[in-house]
Amino acid sequence: MTLAPADAGQQQDGVRATVGVSGDGASLLRAQANRELKEGIKLKTPKFFKKLTASMNEIEEIIEEWQPEPLVPRMSKEKPAPSYNIVSGPPCHKITVNGKQCINFASFNFLGLLDNDRVKNQALQSLRKYGVGTCGPRGFYGTFDVHLELEDRLAKFMRTEEAIIYSYGFATIASAIPAYSKRGDIVFVDEAACFSIQKGLQASRSHIKYFRHNDMEDLERILKQQELEDQKNPRKARVTRRFIVVEGLYMNTGAICPLPELVKLKYKYKVRIFLEESLSFGVLGQHGRGVTEHFGVNIDDIDLISANMENSLASVGGFCCGRSFVIDHQRLSGQGYCFSASLPPMLASAAIEALNIMEEDQDIFRLLRDKCKLIHKELQGISGLKVVGESISPAFHLQLEQSSGSRESDVRILNRIVEYCMDRKIALTQAHYLEKEEKFLPPPSIRVVVTVEQTEEELEMAANLIKEAAQNILQ
Amino acid sequence: MAHTSAPVRNGHPLHPGKNDVGLRNGFSKNGQHLHHTKGGLYKRPFTESFEQAPLYVAVLTYMGFGVVTLFGYFRDFLRAWGFEKCNLAQEREEQKDFVPLYQDFENFYTRNLYMRVRDNWNRPICSLPGPQFDLMERVSDDYNWTFRHTGKVIDGVINMGSYNYLGFAENDPTFLTSVEESNEKYGSGVCSTRQEMGNLDIHEELEKLVATFLGVESAMTFGMGFATNAMNIPALVGKGCLILSDELNHTSLVLGARLSGSTIRVFKHNNMQSLEKLLRDAVVHGQPRSHRPWKKILIIVEGIYSMEGSIVRLPEIIALKKKYKAYLYLDEAHSIGAVGPTGRGVVEFFELDPRDIDVLMGTFTKSFGSSGGYIAGKKELVDFLRLHSHSAVYATSMSPPVAEQILRSMKCIMGLDGTTIGIQRVRRLAENTRYFRQRLNEMGFIIYGHEESPVVPLLLFMPGKVGAFAREMLKRKIGVVVVGFPATPITEARARFCVSAAHTTPMLDKVLNALDELGDHLVLKYSRHTRSSRPELYDETSFEMDD
Repeated sequence: MTLAPADAGQQQDGVRATVGVSGDGASLLRAQANRELKEGIKLKTPKFFKKLTASMNEIEEIIEEWQPEPLVPRMSKEKPAPSYNIVSGPPCHKITVNGKQCINFASFNFLGLLDNDRVKNQALQSLRKYGVGTCGPRGFYGTFDVHLELEDRLAKFMRTEEAIIYSYGFATIASAIPAYSKRGDIVFVDEAACFSIQKGLQASRSHIKYFRHNDMEDLERILKQQELEDQKNPRKARVTRRFIVVEGLYMNTGAICPLPELVKLKYKYKVRIFLEESLSFGVLGQHGRGVTEHFGVNIDDIDLISANMENSLASVGGFCCGRSFVIDHQRLSGQGYCFSASLPPMLASAAIEALNIMEEDQDIFRLLRDKCKLIHKELQGISGLKVVGESISPAFHLQLEQSSGSRESDVRILNRIVEYCMDRKIALTQAHYLEKEEKFLPPPSIRVVVTVEQTEEELEMAANLIKEAAQNILQ
Repeated sequence: MAHTSAPVRNGHPLHPGKNDVGLRNGFSKNGQHLHHTKGGLYKRPFTESFEQAPLYVAVLTYMGFGVVTLFGYFRDFLRAWGFEKCNLAQEREEQKDFVPLYQDFENFYTRNLYMRVRDNWNRPICSLPGPQFDLMERVSDDYNWTFRHTGKVIDGVINMGSYNYLGFAENDPTFLTSVEESNEKYGSGVCSTRQEMGNLDIHEELEKLVATFLGVESAMTFGMGFATNAMNIPALVGKGCLILSDELNHTSLVLGARLSGSTIRVFKHNNMQSLEKLLRDAVVHGQPRSHRPWKKILIIVEGIYSMEGSIVRLPEIIALKKKYKAYLYLDEAHSIGAVGPTGRGVVEFFELDPRDIDVLMGTFTKSFGSSGGYIAGKKELVDFLRLHSHSAVYATSMSPPVAEQILRSMKCIMGLDGTTIGIQRVRRLAENTRYFRQRLNEMGFIIYGHEESPVVPLLLFMPGKVGAFAREMLKRKIGVVVVGFPATPITEARARFCVSAAHTTPMLDKVLNALDELGDHLVLKYSRHTRSSRPELYDETSFEMDD
């Protein structure tokens, strides 16, 4: 094999092509030389050395010429990076955004517990006893009695055997799914699943099959398909685990999953259900126990319920609850549990006190639902904007009825509505997504959040303002 | 272990690679200690030690595992045939015909080996995780299948397990006033993401301070250290990129690398020849099969490796990275605040320029007594992450009192609060580390790692000794962390000590005396060198006559 010298005058691709070839040629030559040396034949002829040094020089040239891409792509000057809203002070009911005092319709503080004095006091007591950080993961002296108490209380509240807490809401379902579902298993998941579920699925390396959002017939269709495939290969089917992953209240669409039908499908096709209840915990159900209580489904029928404590409980972190048979496994194989520091005790105490308040005052759930229905009704019929979400969902979306053609201009129009409202004392936000990473990117929308602290006047004011904004900007 | 004031002869230009031939991590098989300066890259000698145990130890370890495995099969047989009660939780009756959730052989190790020694982990505490803490007493009536708390508290246990390097895990009201105020002002939660309504003014202040502390342009903070790695590596590299990751990288780095979709190649732990070979192959041959050039090459290393106690060879990596135009991601979870004359991490330890490292990452859990992580570097990098990091878009931002604790502890280390407490703690930690390691070496234990790393792994090797060591130490009121297979290689079970600036010399002496006693009782002193406490006067242990 002759070594073509890299001609300086050739194009970039041309050089790369010859360089690739000569690279291989160099290593081939070296391998040949090594073999012959091993057989004891001394190949130290001048020609051999000349060829070898020629290839060494070329390698050095390749190393010098190679240019990687920049670590981060250059930001274009025409589109300056949008900056964050700066909130001064607590993000509670009355919030100061970018210097403007507004009423908060954007933080997921559904039960208004962010600002609660009892919660803050408990956190203070805990701070004075334990300090801030836990300085270790759960396995290495990072388990505090407050963690054990919180797990106990959550299990009792949800009426399951056991609960396990994580120190970060996003990591909860993203660590739980890969602990059970491995390569070769099958997961059926709704198209509108949130990003943390998608990351959990990606980490699990299982086969993923999407079904249309909230469409039980579509789900049954793929389950039947899977059953037919199983019959072709029963040995493999006996060891392949199957799971359905759904959310109680979907973050991206505000819809509620039809849980009774799912349970029927579970027993018919022998699939396990993982339920993600971040938005429905502390919102649905008579006592706030979530979508199982809302529909009256036996909680033991659901294999795993996962939720984060960052919405209704106004703390930080997440938890999974279910039967001991299922939950205990995560204590050794949940990555976000074993390899990460545990939840700071003051945040755990704040969550316990928030749970106490939820148990004492059961009226707030009904109150919250009434307020949701109120604003939902008020916002119907705005020309140009449509309301997406159930009437009892406290986090719903306002989407453009007719898209302007490109996502960018839609986003800009919605931004103008948001800014119009912010200037007039209503803090709203658009729902943000990572456009390139989402599997099924939802259309751009404004997310409206209802909390129990908002009065009826404020709700009406917000609804009127949004109507006004839609009229001024969309007409 | 010499504190060399004598001129260093290794790495002399006339004997360039003499000590590097056939070495693992710069160590020869018979356990000679190597200090080298690699032709001026290191400003002072780099001394690490990974002594190998005698052969009989490995044989006995495998025998121990063999015996436990045989017993495991026997017990499984008894359980399957009903001779022995099965204490494990069972599947529901209604779901008995579903595909089993766990395979039996996956849990073999958990059922039969881990269960026997399970009481040494997950020990609950009921006080501050400071240099001393209170453990809740926990007993098991059925050989570790279930535990119950007796309600009693074992107090005054010396804490050698928590990551409290600078002693900021404290509850002294004078130090915590600002944290209490921020709790009163903000509450504990945030209920929104950074991009939406969760970007508080305290976050902006914190990020400016972190950037100043590290000496870089800009920084961004996240609520969880694990998630910082798992969510930001995919934002930086993707398909068509190459990740060169150290063998012993932490799970969060491995998960981040896998989620990114890039090709991952692993180089031997801290071994620069292995890394250079991979870099050369990558640049010269390009992507497999197509030979197209790689888009980016990212080298991922950690500052201090928490299971080995070794410090990364940063000057050599930076030299390699500049030659091959790769990017460097440095995870300083354990080293930030813990090494370096003013606590700025491995970059300061090696007297390097922080601008040479492309992505500086670290966590606030260990040296700052708080929780969360950060990524720092050039302004373009951080601006890019503000828009594209998964955490900024989908995950809740850091809790305000937690952020305030980081602010106050960082100001204390930098001296901005007007006191010298911070720098005193950094120096105290270095003194404690040196003292602890020196005494352990004198006693004859095998200790891994760099001589200045506050993470001290003490090798136990055999699975039986793992359980015995931890229990005996607890009887003497010392809490230690022991780790075995699968977190470590099968023959290298160890106890890992984390030295803290808050440990006083009497506390360390108590621990060392207990270790001395236990070392004789359990036969743990495997080291085959005798080391005296007098300083060595030469660096070379053999002399060659130059002709």
